[in-house]
Amino acid sequence: MSASHRPARVVTGRAAGRPPPVGELTCQELVELVTDYLEDALAPEERARFEAHLAGCPGCTRYVEQIRATIAVAGQTPELEDRPEMAQLLAAFRDWRRR
Amino acid sequence: MEQPEPAGGASAPEAELLARLRAGDEAAFEALVARHQGTMLAVAQSYVKGRAVAEEVVQDTWLAVLQGLDRFEGRASLRTWILSILVNKAKTRGVREARSVPFASLAGEDDEPAVAPGRFRGAGDAYPGHWRADPGNWAADEVAGDRETIRAALGAIAALPPTQQTVIRMRDVEGYSSEEVCAALDVSEANQRVLLHRARSRVRAALEEHLDG
Repeated sequence: MSASHRPARVVTGRAAGRPPPVGELTCQELVELVTDYLEDALAPEERARFEAHLAGCPGCTRYVEQIRATIAVAGQTPELEDRPEMAQLLAAFRDWRRR
Repeated sequence: MEQPEPAGGASAPEAELLARLRAGDEAAFEALVARHQGTMLAVAQSYVKGRAVAEEVVQDTWLAVLQGLDRFEGRASLRTWILSILVNKAKTRGVREARSVPFASLAGEDDEPAVAPGRFRGAGDAYPGHWRADPGNWAADEVAGDRETIRAALGAIAALPPTQQTVIRMRDVEGYSSEEVCAALDVSEANQRVLLHRARSRVRAALEEHLDG
């Protein structure tokens, strides 16, 4: 953990030693809800809990950013895929064209 | 990022693609194959056993696509039509091999946590369940467009179980909507989300190892 974002934790109240409010998500729980959150599949009160946690937690904010980055990188994978079967398929395409 | 296709009728680029294919444009066909082949293999492997059989099913599908191309009316999108041929062929082959319906149940699939439990503080800690150390800050240029990172993602996707691979490829690689995925694979919204969650979690973990490891 870098020191740069530590102050953000202080404002959550947790770092000041107060117990988390009843019903607040832990980070470990939040990471299991990320997909439901991004898919807009959380019930309104669950979504509110999720966003309340996120607003005060730099770690989970980064985690959600990492998931978004993962989605973006996945979208770029086709350009690097090898297609050894392409020659055979192109031959089939040429045959089809001559039909 | 997502490019939802219109529900009915061919979009303008799709009509143009169809015209090029029908005219025998090899580059158009090559692009079509390159775009869909990875997903098609994953779908086929969800239904049949083994990579070799899955490759046969995909090959058969392309031949059927060529045979039907002149009669294709564009009521569904081209990719929806291709996928329906593929699923039909894969199911037939899967039934012959007495394989179960892959997307109907998630029983037997792994149920590993999205993030290793050791990354979180334990029960004896003042803040149990909170990060021990925050996840890394991934700079945009470090991930998007970096070939090694993309290669790491590709490797992680290819290593996923076929059903997870199918869903992440359709959603995140090719940009299908969740409705399209559910319809094409006859999977419930909830099961699709579970598969997508497991897939994204694993690929993120692989990227983390690559970038921060």
